[in-house]
Amino acid sequence: MTMMATLSRTASDLFWMARYLERAEAMARLVEMGRRMAMLPNTPEGHREEWLSVMAAAGCAKHFAGRDMDERAVIAGLVLDRENPSSIVSCLDRARHNARSVRTALTTQAWETLNEAWLKLGDITESAVVRELPQTLDWVKGRCAQFRGASDATMLRDDRFDFARLGLYIERADMTLRLLDVKYYVLLPETDVIGGGRDRHQWTSVLVATSALRAYHWVYRGDYSPWRIADFLTLNRACPRSLAYCCDEIVTSLDRLARGYGERHACHATASETVALLSDLDIGEIFHDGLHEFLTEAIARNNRLTAEIAEAYHF
Amino acid sequence: MFDEMMGKDGARPPYHAIERWLKTVGADALELKRLEAETLFRRIGITFAVYGEGGDPERLIPFDLIPRVFSAEEWRTLSRGITQRARALNAFLHDVYHRGEILKAGVIPENLIFRNAAFLPEMVGVEAPGKIYSHIVGIDIVRTGPDDFMVLEDNCRTPSGVSYMLENREIMMRMFPELFAGGRVLPVDNYPDMLRATLEDVAPKACRQDPTCVVLTPGPLNSAYYEHSFLADQMGVELVESRDLFVDEGLVWMRTTQGPRRVDVIYRRIDDDFLDPLVFRADSVLGVAGLMNAYRAGGVTIVSAPGAGVADDKAVYVYVPEMIRFYLGEAPILKNVPTWRCSDPDDRAHVLSHLADVVVKEVHGSGGYGMLIGPKSTAAERAAFAKKIEADPGAFIAQPTLELSTVPSLSPLGPSPRHVDFRPYALVGKEIRLTPGGLTRVALREGSLVVNSSQGGGVKDTWVLAG
Repeated sequence: MTMMATLSRTASDLFWMARYLERAEAMARLVEMGRRMAMLPNTPEGHREEWLSVMAAAGCAKHFAGRDMDERAVIAGLVLDRENPSSIVSCLDRARHNARSVRTALTTQAWETLNEAWLKLGDITESAVVRELPQTLDWVKGRCAQFRGASDATMLRDDRFDFARLGLYIERADMTLRLLDVKYYVLLPETDVIGGGRDRHQWTSVLVATSALRAYHWVYRGDYSPWRIADFLTLNRACPRSLAYCCDEIVTSLDRLARGYGERHACHATASETVALLSDLDIGEIFHDGLHEFLTEAIARNNRLTAEIAEAYHF
Repeated sequence: MFDEMMGKDGARPPYHAIERWLKTVGADALELKRLEAETLFRRIGITFAVYGEGGDPERLIPFDLIPRVFSAEEWRTLSRGITQRARALNAFLHDVYHRGEILKAGVIPENLIFRNAAFLPEMVGVEAPGKIYSHIVGIDIVRTGPDDFMVLEDNCRTPSGVSYMLENREIMMRMFPELFAGGRVLPVDNYPDMLRATLEDVAPKACRQDPTCVVLTPGPLNSAYYEHSFLADQMGVELVESRDLFVDEGLVWMRTTQGPRRVDVIYRRIDDDFLDPLVFRADSVLGVAGLMNAYRAGGVTIVSAPGAGVADDKAVYVYVPEMIRFYLGEAPILKNVPTWRCSDPDDRAHVLSHLADVVVKEVHGSGGYGMLIGPKSTAAERAAFAKKIEADPGAFIAQPTLELSTVPSLSPLGPSPRHVDFRPYALVGKEIRLTPGGLTRVALREGSLVVNSSQGGGVKDTWVLAG
């Protein structure tokens, strides 16, 4: 069977559609993390720190800089503000715009799921979001999951499917890395003594933001330590939001594209190299050489990979 | 006034099932179903875009739940008439771009063609594959009595609305499966396959294998974008924008993830003016540079052919019955609406003295804009129109105000008669293919004769019953 060629614009739109959807979902998780932190008993510096780290991880600290915002405004800004390119609404807007441009590359079921979510989100008011934040966030995550499910169940397993998957896993890896980077000071073990309730809450917040709390329990039996949390989110290939897992999935998709097209490119070399690097590392070495340095390097590799994919497939 | 459902002695036979159904479901249930249908249209994204007016840029065309029905016999006449007209229009297009026999014979005045903005000198002598210029002919038909069908206008370029024909049926079958259980309604869902076969029929001579067909759209901001994506999807072909295409060595290519791929047939949904900035509008960002040269050299087929619009001009329309006699040697099966050409002094005098009774249309207008509906106009409007006509008589035609047929449609007071028209789509390839159905547009405002979606019109599912 020869593979039908795909328009480069279509491939690029699918890639970005999946990225924006994944980002919308990641944003929902980040806001959830912020909300959870804000429920802790008051500390001298208030909860500003937590919301700031949410904004930093979402890459929209600039958008909020210099504004005196209460919690309500922060939440509305992260969920509903169309001026904020990282808000959930903006991400869904762009995902839907990309999807509409490649309407023919999506199945009806996948498209309708996304379109329905977009229509509904446009109707949600600021006060409703603040009042029913957990429900709203659950709803966003649910819609994103439904879209992935609908695509998984109905889309042809051809190159288009892989371009969407590449977008998804590159974005997911990026989000996990940025979240860890924002929180790395929390994870930096200054002493071997496990801190009080607040420290523990900080660490677990990272797991909450990646929906990995229960899974972590399962794997590490409730033994919270910064090393293990970092290990879980970087090197553990079973954790679906870890860097290693995302890289495995990226390689799977790239390899399938190479088989279908009969051609390998620079992006294939980069992706395989990353997987090999990660499997040789252990978390002790990462902490020894510096977690922040490791994360910075990984984010840069991820960006390079994106550029190489775009070049290889004429995006 | 002719109502297609209710005759003097109760419902006409084709509507018996509808009448029974309306009695069973009741008005409240229908209203609920109407809202359900609207939600479905929104979710699927069947919208048309309206920009610059504020409000929702993606709007729904109101969908009326009560179908419009043709009997097998009515359809037999209609389909013969539609096919005949589509053949004559294509013969005419080939003729005016070659020897111009019909002009030499004095049947149609030369000025009407050569001074027409839709006539493209670039097309003279170009051999369109299969001698087909208008591959999708949308013929707007109105009805005034049981046996009185008349053609209101022809659409030879890129008639839109066929996605509504398909989606309206889809929605009806989903919401009211019981209506279709008897199997008496002929299916319309083979249209995309027939369209694809038509496109493949006209592959250019340079094409050596299975032709690669694409739909060319101006992009997601275009008002008919949904239809473009829908048709590409249903046919299983790429939906391309002009930036996805380029011309090299007389052939057209699309940019793909595996490098350039040949394109053989382009079903374009952009206007002539925007096809090729080297030949037409240089400021066009929609076009593909060099496309016309590739087309003229037989490297690619453009559907419909550039310049096909010269056959659907309202002033040329008047001569279609003559075309049928001239090219086919047959009597026209479908009549034209009697039309006065304001360029003719006698006709003009008649129109000016009867402005209150007639409908005046711009020759190049569309979408129901720039019209004067005499019986509904004020004296001031008529005076203003008279001035416009006198200033540029050639730009106007006039027709009697027709008592368009009505079909029951949902209104706040329950099913009430509303005026309708009808657009079937003839596909012209190696043969002429016609789906049993088309788009019924309905003027939802009471008494209104304007069916255009931009002016309060809606759509209905259209049934053709099995014989």
